[in-house]
Amino acid sequence: MADKVLMKGNEAIAEAAILAGCRHYFGYPITPQTEIAAYMAKRMPKIGGTFLQAESEVAAINMVYGVAGAGYRVITSSSSPGISLKSEGLSYMAGSDLPAVVVNVQGGGPGLGGIQPSQSDYFQATKGGGHGDYKMIVLAPASVQEMADLTIEGFDLADKYRMTTMILADGTMGQMMEPVELKADAVKTYEKPWAVTGTKMARKHNIINSLSLVPEELEQLNFARYERYKQIEETEARWEEFMMEDAEYCIVAFGIAARVSKNAIVAARAKGIKVGLIRPITLWPFPKKVLCDAADKCKAFISVELSMGQMIEDVELATRCKKPVVLCNRAGGMIPTPEQVLAKIEEVAGGIN
Amino acid sequence: MEPKRVSLFAGHYGSGKTNIAVNYAFLLKKMGKEVTVADLDIVNPYFRTKDSEKELSEAGIPLISSAFANSNVDLPALPQELYSLVERQDRYAVLDIGGDDRGALALGRYVPFILEENNYEMFFVVNFYRPLTTTAEEAMEVMHEIEDACKMRFTAIINNSNIGNDTTARDVLATFEETEKLSRLSGLPVRMTTVTAQVAEDMKDVENILPMVLQEKYFDINI
Repeated sequence: MADKVLMKGNEAIAEAAILAGCRHYFGYPITPQTEIAAYMAKRMPKIGGTFLQAESEVAAINMVYGVAGAGYRVITSSSSPGISLKSEGLSYMAGSDLPAVVVNVQGGGPGLGGIQPSQSDYFQATKGGGHGDYKMIVLAPASVQEMADLTIEGFDLADKYRMTTMILADGTMGQMMEPVELKADAVKTYEKPWAVTGTKMARKHNIINSLSLVPEELEQLNFARYERYKQIEETEARWEEFMMEDAEYCIVAFGIAARVSKNAIVAARAKGIKVGLIRPITLWPFPKKVLCDAADKCKAFISVELSMGQMIEDVELATRCKKPVVLCNRAGGMIPTPEQVLAKIEEVAGGIN
Repeated sequence: MEPKRVSLFAGHYGSGKTNIAVNYAFLLKKMGKEVTVADLDIVNPYFRTKDSEKELSEAGIPLISSAFANSNVDLPALPQELYSLVERQDRYAVLDIGGDDRGALALGRYVPFILEENNYEMFFVVNFYRPLTTTAEEAMEVMHEIEDACKMRFTAIINNSNIGNDTTARDVLATFEETEKLSRLSGLPVRMTTVTAQVAEDMKDVENILPMVLQEKYFDINI
């Protein structure tokens, strides 16, 4: 039989986490990410792992805190309102420098919102939904294959930098089915000398804590953490370029919006409009440099989003407002069509030429 | 083979039940039968029979589905019209049962009527390229969970093994051995193999192939 399997995006995340050596899942069901929990419930008992449906998202993220502190790979998943509930825990994990993978399969918001796909948690993910000075590495898959690959990479980055990686997907990415090849050779492991594993009377106590009684020390911790963030911004930005070689107009889009945009770009090219795509794969660190460079060549940027326009602010910052940036969007659980994106491309190209 | 009045399609979620149910309804219509399709899926939030409503309607096939399908209302509700399928025995009925045992639970309330009429076929849809049903043994596990949940036994197997757009005839043929094994273990006949029209072109010498037209998804591209 073929090397590939046919998976839902949610299943791909779950199986990739297991492949990455994660044996602990804590979560609470919420559409459209429930298949992650359902898959873990089936698989974890068979491989000696832990699946635990917590009494709430708040409980689940604190279980993640505990297991991460003990040095084990751990994952939790939810959808938009559930991530808001986890946000306190995410801040505490950042304050304790704990690695974990957190998945957000977004639905429309705000509030209870809806279960149809959305990208309106971009600000929450990239600017910090919780309190305090902190960042998460935010990965944005645009295919079921990437749901798997970026989960494995997410564990790697989390352990490497002792911080939380968020997989920021949307409902379609979670629900759609595509062929996937699971790549075990991409898995890396890390020593965790800081983990709370028992001193065996042979070393000093390791302490996992986010409370600092001395403000001078807390300031130093923040300085050190931001040195690490700076290094990540310099080395870990990832993106895909599509038809950018001769592009006069540049679409910026991630996840499902990038898939839709590619269709529109092919259609626009057929009409003679030179348009390309820069697809951020890391939303934090945001691929600033490639966008800044593109602003020297392109006439205008179009940010295609399933929100009221959130990433567009990062596009404007990255391009230093050198060129106009316009929004093409749907919100509340709706997806832009290729025709809508094509119409925006034609409008921008017509208006600026 | 003369189709039964009620055809039920169940299996692991993502096994392809919805596409098969829709295509089977078209097949019945082509045979001159009056048919109604029912979406009993109370599990999946997206990608449901409802997505094919226009095509079904154009072919003169009524669709009964939850008023909440494809909306933001995440309620496992079934429409009351569903009773007409078991009560009106002058029409053929195609039932798309939701994923797994949890989805099949909803079927339970109609089972006494279906068993009493005793003119049905219940298909177990399997895709051996799906992660939790890669072997006949795993598929048997899912089959039993569904039967326990809905209190009804399967009568036949449909092999829908595929890996999406990447599927070749060779990939499908490679699953025949496992399908035969599932048939031996369960004692159920393999009724047909379902493939896309494109793959069917390369399988002309194979028996019991049902070529299918799949639901269109406008983002279903991989450039």
